[in-house]
Amino acid sequence: MRLQYPTDIRIIQVPCTGKVDIIHLLTAFEEGADGVFVAGCLEGDCHFLEGNLHAKKRVQRVKEILDKVGLGVGRLEMYNLSAGMGPRFAEIAREMDQRIRELGPSPIRKAKASLPKAETEMRV
Amino acid sequence: MIRAVGKPLEEVIGMVQDYPRILVAGCDGCVTVCEAGGLKEVKVLAAALRLYFTQQGEPKQIDETSLTRQCDKEYLAQLGDRIDGYDAVLSLACGCGVQFLADMYTTKPVYPGVDTTFLGVTEERGVYTERCQACGRCILADTGGVCPIARCSKRMLNGPCGGSDKGKCEVNPEMPCGWQLIYERLKALGQLDRFEQPITPKDWTTSRDGGVRKIVREDLRV
Repeated sequence: MRLQYPTDIRIIQVPCTGKVDIIHLLTAFEEGADGVFVAGCLEGDCHFLEGNLHAKKRVQRVKEILDKVGLGVGRLEMYNLSAGMGPRFAEIAREMDQRIRELGPSPIRKAKASLPKAETEMRV
Repeated sequence: MIRAVGKPLEEVIGMVQDYPRILVAGCDGCVTVCEAGGLKEVKVLAAALRLYFTQQGEPKQIDETSLTRQCDKEYLAQLGDRIDGYDAVLSLACGCGVQFLADMYTTKPVYPGVDTTFLGVTEERGVYTERCQACGRCILADTGGVCPIARCSKRMLNGPCGGSDKGKCEVNPEMPCGWQLIYERLKALGQLDRFEQPITPKDWTTSRDGGVRKIVREDLRV
């Protein structure tokens, strides 16, 4: 189809959105992502039955956390579309790109950029 | 097992906001099973705190760990060589673990990251219900395996009260009447005659009425 969508979107493949965990989404924001969208299969069409429904709940939970930490709920969204809906994917990518541009760069990335590196390290 | 729920993020932020170096310490025991205070919840809370404080322009060192149990000294001792590197510890263990951690590291501020709620079971993932109040003298043998102390809102030993309606408790119409459950269970067991023998007044000294409880097992001591 050679559809065009914004080049600043990085795709991370997972076998099913049911694999996407809360910590994956939070880590993306910690690493400075301006926004994240989770693209799951259509509801009712999950190959693993309920993976996309689990993802929906986790996205909602992370939205609540993002709201409480001051990042707002707009930087994260879940969409449902099938693997055959390429034009819709490109449309969602453009829509999300536009939304994030309106929200501006991640305040986390901006805050980290103004700090010495040692202060932003994570230790486990 | 002990059941707990994570404290609201705002409350946790309020507790630790004055400390630049914080260790978030989970417990791999009960609170991991109910997904309130295991390593995963530690990672989520630590990430949320880092996001918050970074966003506020006050980045902190917020590190993560989880101990096998926080209610045993040998596991708490594993923090000995690193705890001095932190200004405060946020423990996601139950109230027992938080206190034992504070007992061992007396000069280190220790804060609870969860609300310890009850002793209960997993009805299904994410749904937990109370089953035991640890009263210290089990009477389940007399009540068909259904505890009136934990499952009757009034802890009646000889129920039901007059508030039971269609098998539900007057305290909450969603809550099953404990004594209805006992009746149905005894009926299924063919032991309804137990209702003819009232349960005698309970000795509450084995419960909280007797003060702080302690078990000493001489056969186990080393």
